[in-house]
Amino acid sequence: MSELVKRYTARERANHWFVALCFILLAISGLALFHPAFFFLSSLLGGGTWSRILHPFIGVLLAISFFGLAARLWTQNRISDADREWKKRLGDILCNKAGNLPEIGKYNIGQKYLFWTLVVCIAVLLLSGIVIWQPWFTPYFPIVLVRLAVLAHAVAAFLAILAIIIHIYSAIWVKGSIRAMTRGTVSAAWARHHHPAWYKEINKGS
Amino acid sequence: MALQSLDIKARSATTTQPPVVRDPVHVAKLIDISKCIGCKACQVACMEWNDLRDEVGTTTGTYDNPRDLTDQSWTVMRFSEVEVQPGRLEWLIRKDGCMHCEDPGCLKACPAPGAIVQSVNGIVDFHEEHCIGCGYCITGCPFNIPRISKKDGKVYKCTLCSDRVAVGLEPACIKTCPTGALVFGSKRDMIAHAEGRIADLKERGYANAGLYNPEGVGGTHVMYVLQHADQPELYAGLPKDPHISPMVSLWKGITKPLASFGLGLAVLAGFFHYMTAGPNEVEEDKEHTS
Ligand code: HEM
Ligand code: SF4
Ligand code: SF4
Repeated sequence: MSELVKRYTARERANHWFVALCFILLAISGLALFHPAFFFLSSLLGGGTWSRILHPFIGVLLAISFFGLAARLWTQNRISDADREWKKRLGDILCNKAGNLPEIGKYNIGQKYLFWTLVVCIAVLLLSGIVIWQPWFTPYFPIVLVRLAVLAHAVAAFLAILAIIIHIYSAIWVKGSIRAMTRGTVSAAWARHHHPAWYKEINKGS
Repeated sequence: MALQSLDIKARSATTTQPPVVRDPVHVAKLIDISKCIGCKACQVACMEWNDLRDEVGTTTGTYDNPRDLTDQSWTVMRFSEVEVQPGRLEWLIRKDGCMHCEDPGCLKACPAPGAIVQSVNGIVDFHEEHCIGCGYCITGCPFNIPRISKKDGKVYKCTLCSDRVAVGLEPACIKTCPTGALVFGSKRDMIAHAEGRIADLKERGYANAGLYNPEGVGGTHVMYVLQHADQPELYAGLPKDPHISPMVSLWKGITKPLASFGLGLAVLAGFFHYMTAGPNEVEEDKEHTS
């Protein structure tokens, strides 16, 4: 076994997977109401009524845990000049033929865009979700706001799910990534190759 | 279908066409406000036929009782005192309840298959056993009609007595109305009947008398004869040009099939990218991929 580098602590991993599980349950129960083609998904949560009842409670758990995780990762997700340079080479990267890439830190610009997309979407989902939460909260809001909220919720959910599809695919595509979240470590070669500036930084300390 | 008289032409959250080969009579209820004396016999008849008992409320200084529609009160009389001409007080009494829209916003918004159905005859009916209690129908309705029950979390509203109409009876409110302000029949007959009433009202000085059958929702199967059809707002805020809110149309229109298609496409794009470009591996570390 070659050298390993620590990427996520056990707490960060637990937090990530708690968010992930909530998200999947929310996507299932939400999509069930989104379009009739997905209504069958409501069976997975015990039927349409249970999906409707459980969804917002899971949503609140997700929002709390997501922002807990996001607070930890906030500063590492600021976009740098190296990221912008790196982005210009995205075509080559996707074709697996990129060499001599700009040295980027712990996250690449795709990961950072994902981060900020989710920060915005989850905030919108939480706020709009409370407005359309029957029977507890909706009666307190004017109908125009409810209509706006239900639309905003659907749009934000679509964007968030799209972002997560890309997120999951990236993890599958870039070999050696998944273990960062399952085991907490990545190989040194992986770190050097994908996140050289981050690799240098952690080696400086040791 | 169990009852031909209730053949369903539209069903919530259903993308295929329900059976529509038969075309039974299109029905309508006509409410002639100029004849209504506000006796509320129709409210009582509705409670009785549908076996509903609302909680006893409190007096708030108007004749409106109960104050609003509820899961137990599917129709309420709304009393408005207006002076259309200065010095000439008019008491306008509007029987409020579901309008049975030809283009029902409630049905469009509902995500639960079969929770809201529209019969070919025009009745829009809620099938509570399929309702999941999300309240989207409230969001979709331009007339603020559906009400969620605190008891079971399901939504209720006027059924136009679909159970009576199915077997050739008129709705309970029609049967009980002592002045003939409420009439029921084919939509065509009701429009003809209304025309007679409107001509009569015009003769008696109501120059703006007219029929309320708003085009914005494709017409309705509950129509009003109004003395002041140019100002329906006078009648406890009856909307002048009701239509399904553009926000609801945007939310429930073509965007959702497109968005669903987009999500599917994203998954497929990933699959084919992997199968063509292959995984992104780090050279020195091939043996340690996870
Ligand atoms: C953050 C907290 C959240 C809250 C409070 C919340 C609340 C709600 C509520 C109240 C509804 C209406 C149906 C129901 O009562 O179950 C709903 C629908 C929905 N939710 Fe959420 N939700 C949240 C997060 C999410 C997330 C993260 C997703 C995406 C995975 C999502 C996707 C959806 C979808 C697709 C719908 C159906 C929208 C439609 O019919 O157009 N929600 N949500
Ligand atoms: S008035 Fe409202 S509840 Fe009645 S059919 Fe029209 S949209 Fe549906
Ligand atoms: S509350 Fe019931 S009837 Fe109304 S939209 Fe939701 S499932 Fe349909």
